[in-house]
Amino acid sequence: MKFIIAIIKPFKLDEVREAIGSLGVAGMTVSEVKGFGRQKGQTEIYRGAEYSTNMLPKIKLEIAVADDQVPQVVEAIQIAASTEAIGDGKIFVIDLVSAMRIRTGETGETAL
Amino acid sequence: MFRNAFCGMGGLGVSLLAAPAAFAQATAAPTVTVDKGDTAWMMVATVLVMTMIVPGLALFYGGLVRTKNMLSVLTQIAAVASLAMILWVIYGYGLAFGGDGSQFLSSGKFFLAGVTADSTVATFTENVHIPEFVFIAFQMTFAAIAVSLVVGGLVERLKFSALMVFATVWLTIVYFPIAHMVWYAGSTPETTGLIFNWGALDFAGGTVVHINAGVSALVGALILGPRMGYKKEIMAPHSLTMTFIGTGLLWVGWFGFNAGSALEANGSAGLALINTFVATAAGVLFWMLTERALGHKGSLLGACSGAIAGLVAVTPAAGNSGPFGAVLLGAVSAVACAWFVVAIKPKLKFDDSLDAFGIHGLGGIIGSVGTAFTMLPGLGGPAGADYDLGGQLGIQVLAVAVAIAWAAVGAAIAFYIAKLLTGLRVSPEAEREGLDLAEHGERAYNY
Repeated sequence: MKFIIAIIKPFKLDEVREAIGSLGVAGMTVSEVKGFGRQKGQTEIYRGAEYSTNMLPKIKLEIAVADDQVPQVVEAIQIAASTEAIGDGKIFVIDLVSAMRIRTGETGETAL
Repeated sequence: MFRNAFCGMGGLGVSLLAAPAAFAQATAAPTVTVDKGDTAWMMVATVLVMTMIVPGLALFYGGLVRTKNMLSVLTQIAAVASLAMILWVIYGYGLAFGGDGSQFLSSGKFFLAGVTADSTVATFTENVHIPEFVFIAFQMTFAAIAVSLVVGGLVERLKFSALMVFATVWLTIVYFPIAHMVWYAGSTPETTGLIFNWGALDFAGGTVVHINAGVSALVGALILGPRMGYKKEIMAPHSLTMTFIGTGLLWVGWFGFNAGSALEANGSAGLALINTFVATAAGVLFWMLTERALGHKGSLLGACSGAIAGLVAVTPAAGNSGPFGAVLLGAVSAVACAWFVVAIKPKLKFDDSLDAFGIHGLGGIIGSVGTAFTMLPGLGGPAGADYDLGGQLGIQVLAVAVAIAWAAVGAAIAFYIAKLLTGLRVSPEAEREGLDLAEHGERAYNY
């Protein structure tokens, strides 16, 4: 099992959800996050008081998938989330040691 | 506000000034009439001014602070406005309008002694009166908004208890005397308010309310010191939506404030009404144009600030200006206030957090001095052919200077008394945590 963490532009969420949904991914967790990368922040001015915010809002997706699904899911996210501009985000894949469905106590890939 | 609305009109001004005491009760004069239309309008105008304070000003200011201090601003405005109302009926009305005393104060009608539902006060039209209780209530809302405006210089760090002590002292030694000095027409020059007696024009309170509150807020900001992290941390407004709602309520309520200051439902009130529309509209647009000229974007906060700058400036001129004089005044005030707040203030050290001075103080000064010009017939103003611009300008400048000096000294005394009794400022921990929890034990938002 692998754990995919993707940081994407907020307005790309629906496209990504559709893309991975068609691959049979059963669920994902979505959070609103802030962070910085290569993309520049923005400047806000209130009555002359200038604030530059380096932290930009992004969406973080967390998806647990079976090993054989990883390449398709990563590719689907990459295609759906891309605008070909800086700030499109990142996709990380890490090993997932175990998983359990709380309702039934099932473990491993059957729990996903 | 009262007869001084006509001071520019040559002989008429003189004859009106010589008329019987403005606030003498009518019982002795059988020819006096109380018009139901006037009375109805003044009651509506009074509650319109109330909407300027709660919730108008409270939301306008509240939206500009950080989330953790929102509730403290709402509480502070509600509490000081309420305090002003109680003090007004106990002794405020007595000191400001309680019958002939000196040029600086009245003395009488404490606890509204002797005032009944049959008591009346004069309007600008000879022998036309309005019920005194309506007048007392109308003037009460002015005291309440004046002290509430001062909060704008003090937010996010002042103790609640300190504000209540300050408000009590400030209303007593600053607001009530200045209201008397600018608006009280006594039976003799010795008992008429000092500034009124000079012939200063202040239709709806540019000097009494706005210069007064703006200067006091600046003094408070200087004594209190800047907020922790000022100019280092992000202190962006937490909700410009709230500020926009507050702006709208202020604008609507201001029709009561300005047009109500005619004291009658007549053409003078109508003039104040249209001026309150167009000066404000000019303020909205010219603040945003100034932002563009300074290299920024036209912003919503700029539009809201410009509306207030226009409203403040047109306040002393509301019935002393034609509509295009009002447009000009609103535009000049917005450009000057925007330039000060956007380009100059960031270089200064003091933290007048919500620009009570930058908009109400400065806008009030521009409006009060500018009223000498909006009177000009050439600008559509109501002055006669014999209008002495230089003379009137001198009077306006002098009135502004006296108000600034009085407010500055009085506010400093009030803040130091508050400091002595309460310590003035919350602890650094409380300031970091936010005044909502530290001072009131609640949060504005739970989600």
